[in-house]
Amino acid sequence: MKYKSQKVAYWFFALSMLLLSLQIVYGFIMAFAHMGYDVLHPVIAFNTARAVHTNLLVVWLLSGFMGAAYYIIPEEAEHELVNVKLAYIQLITLALVGVVAIIGYHFNYWEGRKFLEIPRPLDWLVVVNVLTFLGLILVTLFKGKKRTTTALVLSMGLFFAALLYLPGMIWFDNQTMDSFFRWWVVHLWVEGVWELIMGGILAFLLIKITGVDREVIEKWLYVIVGLTFISGILGTGHHYYYIGVGKVWLIVGGIFSAMEPLAFLGMALFAISMYRKGEKKHPNKIALNWTLGTAIVSFVGAGLLGLAHTLPQVNMYTHGTLVTAMHGHLAFWGAYAMIVLAIISYALPNLTGRKLFDTTTGLLAFWLSNIGMIGMTVAFGVAGVAQVYLERMVGLEFGDVQKEIEVHFFILICCATMFTTGIVCYIIEFLKYGQPTDEALEA
Amino acid sequence: MLSKLQARAFFLGGTIVTFGIFLGLSWNSLSNEVPKRTHEENLSPQVIHGKEIWESNNCMGCHTILGEGAYYAPELTKVYDRRGEGYIKAALMSKTPWSPRGRQMVAYAMTEQDANDVVAFLKWIGEVDLNGFPPKPQYKK
Repeated sequence: MKYKSQKVAYWFFALSMLLLSLQIVYGFIMAFAHMGYDVLHPVIAFNTARAVHTNLLVVWLLSGFMGAAYYIIPEEAEHELVNVKLAYIQLITLALVGVVAIIGYHFNYWEGRKFLEIPRPLDWLVVVNVLTFLGLILVTLFKGKKRTTTALVLSMGLFFAALLYLPGMIWFDNQTMDSFFRWWVVHLWVEGVWELIMGGILAFLLIKITGVDREVIEKWLYVIVGLTFISGILGTGHHYYYIGVGKVWLIVGGIFSAMEPLAFLGMALFAISMYRKGEKKHPNKIALNWTLGTAIVSFVGAGLLGLAHTLPQVNMYTHGTLVTAMHGHLAFWGAYAMIVLAIISYALPNLTGRKLFDTTTGLLAFWLSNIGMIGMTVAFGVAGVAQVYLERMVGLEFGDVQKEIEVHFFILICCATMFTTGIVCYIIEFLKYGQPTDEALEA
Repeated sequence: MLSKLQARAFFLGGTIVTFGIFLGLSWNSLSNEVPKRTHEENLSPQVIHGKEIWESNNCMGCHTILGEGAYYAPELTKVYDRRGEGYIKAALMSKTPWSPRGRQMVAYAMTEQDANDVVAFLKWIGEVDLNGFPPKPQYKK
């Protein structure tokens, strides 16, 4: 059974595709600057490119999560979305706030707080926008015939993501306090409630693709999100080692953040075992690739590469170096970018009626983007380790070290080109599907 | 074997307990540790204005401070000790992009007063107790 209001999801996914493309452009600007070719400096200085690159990531992922929710909630609750017009208004305002923020970054209109650069007046618009979105989702869920665990976990993730945006809006005179609460937003999002969103979407996809009994999948979903919170909440401590708070965080943060990979390991084992257990084989191979892919790559990128520098003894040397960029890229790609691409790959055939289940372009998109991103991660890792050794152990000047590692950014750009080719293939497939139709949803 | 109800209890129970501990530890840090370790009594209007300038220009978009930010330009937590006031002011007040080793900084052409405030902010942050960060290079001759 499908619902006509699910169509709105398509436009959120389209916005995601557009912003993802732009994000990649700004990534290249930064990579060239790191390699010594900062040719755009007078127009787009590094700090502009950086703010645009990370904020576009956040906005396209959020747009993808929202699209996922608009697709999943009607189907799970067995109820049309309560107000479709409002959902379109919410989409347009989200896009407008995003565009204004990003243009503003080119004219020194921002607040320099990593990941939360959106200026406060625009923050309030974000709040109104997200409240509208949550209202639509929660009322639909409330009026629906069913309240499944999958829908509840997904909605809970979205609700807490909204709530946790607020500590990032408070002004502090003290940089340590500022940093302390900034992590309540950033860490508790990506290593907390966003994993609920990811888990909810993953559970939905596994139910649909593998045909395993919902009760079994949802039971393990609880265990995984339980592991996420038990390790992730106190794992926030790994951001508190060296910002001006006490030594207790070295112990608490070290122990609990070292447990964070367990949740991702759970997610990977969960996806693989459900796939093997499932008797029904869904014909949508591309969606299956992305679904299993996100579970596995998130374990490597977010889980293992995070563990690699989360202990205080190691982090003392790697904190604030390119090693963080290494972990950040594969973590966000594996856990959040891939889950959004998975739900899009699953939803598009149902929304448009075109069944591009097993195309060459679709498979190329999966493999090129993944191999490209792994290559980029390795390049960042090599540059990062060299930087740590030369700067933090040998004591060379920052600028001299950066000159030594420029060559790694050449490799990074080669791998990024491969990655981009994959994303271009994905977007070509997206365009080939065309727009959603009522007939497709009624079929 | 684990039932769905038990799995839910594990999720809710685990979350509530760890979140409780997290709030307790945060309360302790913010009320007992931060005022002493950051020397809150030294947060003069000048330092606070320096932080405002720091944020409004997104300095964290290239530099790191407390090890947080971007990795394009040097870590600045201890820059006051390392370079001294004159050097920092020259970089901030320069009308052409400051580029000591090839990499260009945005030319902010700050007034002397603004530059002094940023220096005050950087001096304050250099005195915060950071549990030994940044580490002393072990092999430096």
